[in-house]
Amino acid sequence: MSTDTSLMVRSHEENWLPVLELAIEEVFEIMVGSRVKPAPKGEGTPPGGFTAMVGIAGGLCGILTISCNKKTACEIAKCMLGPEIADSEEQVSDALGEICNMIAGNFKNKLSSADHACMLSVPTVIKGEEYSFRSLADGEELETAMMFGESSVTVCLQLHS
Amino acid sequence: MDQIRALIVDDSSVMRKIVERSLRQAGLELSKVSEASNGAEALAVLAKESVDLILCDINMPVMDGLEFVKQLGSVDNAKGVPVVMITTEGSETHVIQALTAGAKGYIRKPFTPDQVKEHVLPVVGKKS
Repeated sequence: MSTDTSLMVRSHEENWLPVLELAIEEVFEIMVGSRVKPAPKGEGTPPGGFTAMVGIAGGLCGILTISCNKKTACEIAKCMLGPEIADSEEQVSDALGEICNMIAGNFKNKLSSADHACMLSVPTVIKGEEYSFRSLADGEELETAMMFGESSVTVCLQLHS
Repeated sequence: MDQIRALIVDDSSVMRKIVERSLRQAGLELSKVSEASNGAEALAVLAKESVDLILCDINMPVMDGLEFVKQLGSVDNAKGVPVVMITTEGSETHVIQALTAGAKGYIRKPFTPDQVKEHVLPVVGKKS
């Protein structure tokens, strides 16, 4: 069995999706001051507007993305910084990028030591509706939609094989 | 030390603001807060001004936090100034690297104000 396959198998056997959801919940509770919970089925995949992504390389290899609509991204930034500060698109992007970075870090820190012997890239944020995103990661994909207030936020971890 | 001059080094302006807020929530009285978005900028700040405390991310472009801490020894204004790393990099390897390079403390993101209090106050000579 190759290392690649074992990563995919482990993500199932060790049930990484709840680990990812716990990492998301902790980041939102601590840094945004808001409790998020997995969205009911059918509530996910909101129209894009803001997508932040962080690359992961090393013992765990892939890309983590978080996407939501513009209104939700602005609300997250306001919760993090206060309404008087989070008034620019640059700060909204920065805030979502940091959330993505912390989710990726928190997730890998919850895995075994071999998995968090890896590095994270600096976050990248895409703004706008009309784009398509395709990762060359060809392994397992873990995706979850979380409810932030009345809106959903989609987080996806695509693992390289 | 009642009034603290802090230097916050992070490539995210959002995180710099959150770290500053957390320091104030931890009970530190900040007389001045300087900011830098990477290690090279931080060294340029320290060439011009003195600080009492440095909070530093690890994963930054241009010059990362570990390289910055290593170079601090050659900066007159930074001699003896405690550095606390605040980073998503939570592996034991990173912690050891940071402490070996000269950092006095290590906080993993996401962090609570209480964790900032616990790790920062002792290095500036205050009880947490």
